[in-house]
Amino acid sequence: MKKFHFRPCGNYRETYGQELTVFETDFGRLWTWVGIFILFLILPFLGTPYFLHVLNMIGITSIAALGLNILIGFTGQISLGHGAFIGVGAYSAAVLSTTIGMPFLFNLPLAGLIAALVGMIFGIPSGRLKGLYLTIATLAGQIIIEYVLVHWESVTKGTMGITLPRPAIFGYELSTDRDFFFLIYVSLGLMIFIAINLMRSKFGRAFIAIRDNDRAAEGMGIPIFRYKLLSFGISSFYAGFAGAIWAYYMVSITAEPFNLGLSVEYIAMVIIGGLGSIAGSVYGALFITSLNEILRWLTDILMNMKVFTEAGVNVAPIREFFFGLAIIIFIIFEPRGLAEIWRIIRSGFRLWPFSY
Amino acid sequence: MSGSTILEVNNISVVYSDVIQVLKGVSLMVERHSIVSLLGSNGAGKTTTLKAISGLLKPENGRVTDGMIIYHDEPIHNQVPEVITRRGIIQVLEGRQPFKYLTVEENLIVGTAIRWGKPYKKDLELIYHYFPALLERRKILAGYCSGGELQMLVMGRALMAKPELLLLDEPSLGLAPMVVDEIFQIIRKINEEQKTSILLVEQNANMALHISHYGYVMENGKIVMEGPARSIVENPDIREFYLGMSASGQSKSYKDVKSYRRRKRWL
Amino acid sequence: MSFFFQLLINGISLGFLYGLSAMGFVMIFKSSSVLNFAHGELIALGAFFFLALVTWAQLPIAIAFLVTLAGCFALGFLIERIFLRPLIGEPLIYVIMLTVGLAAMFKGLMLLIWGGNLQTYPDFLPGFLTLQWDILNIPPAYSAALILGVTFLTVFGLFFKYSPQGIFMRSVADNQKAALSLGVHVQRVFALSWAIAALVAGMSGVVLGIINGINVHDLSSIGLKVFPVVILGGLDSLSGAIIGGLIIGLLETFTGGYLDPSLRDVIPYLVLVLILMVRPYGLFGLVEIERV
Repeated sequence: MKKFHFRPCGNYRETYGQELTVFETDFGRLWTWVGIFILFLILPFLGTPYFLHVLNMIGITSIAALGLNILIGFTGQISLGHGAFIGVGAYSAAVLSTTIGMPFLFNLPLAGLIAALVGMIFGIPSGRLKGLYLTIATLAGQIIIEYVLVHWESVTKGTMGITLPRPAIFGYELSTDRDFFFLIYVSLGLMIFIAINLMRSKFGRAFIAIRDNDRAAEGMGIPIFRYKLLSFGISSFYAGFAGAIWAYYMVSITAEPFNLGLSVEYIAMVIIGGLGSIAGSVYGALFITSLNEILRWLTDILMNMKVFTEAGVNVAPIREFFFGLAIIIFIIFEPRGLAEIWRIIRSGFRLWPFSY
Repeated sequence: MSGSTILEVNNISVVYSDVIQVLKGVSLMVERHSIVSLLGSNGAGKTTTLKAISGLLKPENGRVTDGMIIYHDEPIHNQVPEVITRRGIIQVLEGRQPFKYLTVEENLIVGTAIRWGKPYKKDLELIYHYFPALLERRKILAGYCSGGELQMLVMGRALMAKPELLLLDEPSLGLAPMVVDEIFQIIRKINEEQKTSILLVEQNANMALHISHYGYVMENGKIVMEGPARSIVENPDIREFYLGMSASGQSKSYKDVKSYRRRKRWL
Repeated sequence: MSFFFQLLINGISLGFLYGLSAMGFVMIFKSSSVLNFAHGELIALGAFFFLALVTWAQLPIAIAFLVTLAGCFALGFLIERIFLRPLIGEPLIYVIMLTVGLAAMFKGLMLLIWGGNLQTYPDFLPGFLTLQWDILNIPPAYSAALILGVTFLTVFGLFFKYSPQGIFMRSVADNQKAALSLGVHVQRVFALSWAIAALVAGMSGVVLGIINGINVHDLSSIGLKVFPVVILGGLDSLSGAIIGGLIIGLLETFTGGYLDPSLRDVIPYLVLVLILMVRPYGLFGLVEIERV
């Protein structure tokens, strides 16, 4: 009979193999399977299309947030251009499918690769720049890409936007929210799988070394420039991939959503979720997307109650205000984010009633 | 407390981040106008003791949990450094931390922060009198000075505050023996001429005991020995463990299991 | 040719304003190494505060201007007290993200109160500020910008170079722990630098508002334009900020005038990327003295 592993009360790992395990206990593995089961077999068949739509948005943002967390949380390079890279992915998918008629399945990774390429171009300054200077360079990237998306009219159709065809996998056309749900969450699962395993590999360790002390990492023989660039590439690949799905899901795209605000939103997700935590990226995406929806709902109610007399009061300022507030509250009270809060709650249960 | 004592550290415990206990009941006293040295191996808690006195524990998430630090008959433990420095205790940090992008003279001016607005020209002259090397380099960015000059600079900077009690953390760290010699001579001179009391933390036990009046030895967060500097120098255990010679003056042999046992008793 | 000179003058005045905004930014960076992403919002807040004082409270211009400056000073002080003080000792990324949060919050707040439309100040600048040479005509707002720019630059330059408080502020920027060990009031330095930065930002907000009209989006995007400016000048150089501001201002007006007006807003960032590739620490920045 297989021996069950429970959480040990100290660090009893004796081999490198044990250090590398993803699940410390068998319960973790069990819960993961239960979670996947609920996610795919129960959730999609519950609730309204609106509910599914929100879930889908959460899924897409999770993928992109995951990418940003690899860059910021694991490699320590703050990027303000993530929104633009998502835009690059979205536009690549749109242009590829409308002009060349590239099939959908090829289009997703291809869009990711194009975004990765662009991301790496803007990651080049990371070879010479550190910290704050790099952040500013990515800000420039964001603004330049935004400009190109709007003004390169022969390709991006400017402010008109592009309408995408319905995606199809082996002849099966994805049209409902539920179809997209499966697509999005299978991709998300895949992306999480890749991210977790990447972070356990030589690459992940190099990233973390660079984050913690890039000079020391260089001294240890890690070619930091190559790895920083790689991190930019991977991060933008995730962004581009998410952008491509997003474009298909939204059917038509314009350059407008991919602005600096979006980049900031993603940084907010990563911080609120928890820097350097894979699960945290998903929590962050969940939190911000839900916050968005709740705020929209609240403003609707307030409008109906005639609190706002002016017609056409925009949700945007209120949303912006609460984003800011959420970021501030998290940074001041729990800078390690939701992932840490969840960990504390969990270990609170585990250790109860002896809380030390 | 007798009238000649200015600082009394009374059985203090220091805990970092609420979990790591570094000091386990340290007591020491500094007499007015004296040099007291605090010796011990790496990690014994010497620097932490200094930081507990100067208030610099706080930014590092450390705290005095037990005991008292009494300066001029008033408790000062767990105060913020802004308050403690204004009462006349200045710490010179370990590892020479100059303001790299300020010139030497500007570095010295920062030393007047605790009496901001008062004239400082005369004090500058005094510092240049003690450390003539600084005068030549006064317009140079501190980041481009040599190690010895930097040590003089950070000491001079602290003296600009006209401290009553100067806490010196490893002034000899990483300096050539000649420079160390010079620096210790200056320390002694400052003590004699300015009547500054000095609490000196050192690895270089021989040098430190040579210029100080009284000494303490720390191990593992506790004071294990104290006495007038001369008696410490002559103590056989100290000679063996800190000054690197065996009691008979010959280099020690690892066969001597007894000495190992004797050391263990200390810890 | 007169078109050229007109652009030159506009560029220089605009540049001084950019430079001034950047100075406030550099000040915060110098003392606490914090990149303030809420700087544009501080600029906009200054402009709106002045607007409120002039139109709603009907204060005389001079008094309204002084009250605006005082208000911005106090605001900067409060921001530091309330939001940044709890973060002392945390990693820098959190502090920077906090300013991003602040930016979003302020922007939302301003949009809620004043809306996103363009507003203008009543005309109040005296006529003698209009300078006329030949065909050249400098509008009063631009000469006011020049005068204020030069004044503030001199005052702050002298302050940082020679006054003890200025030296203390630089010392904190340099090595916080050492400054603390010498009894420098580090928290006061932070608060002061935020207060001064907000004051300068508010002032440039008012002048920018006079020139271009007041709009939340436009003014807060100037906060982002500060980045190319400070990178050009070097993040930690006050005079560099002004020179960077001038270069960016000229670049913008000339691109707008001779090339394509839509390029105007991107050109600073293109230059920024180029500069970062060639001289990573800006034209006037300190090369990091790094010893392991």
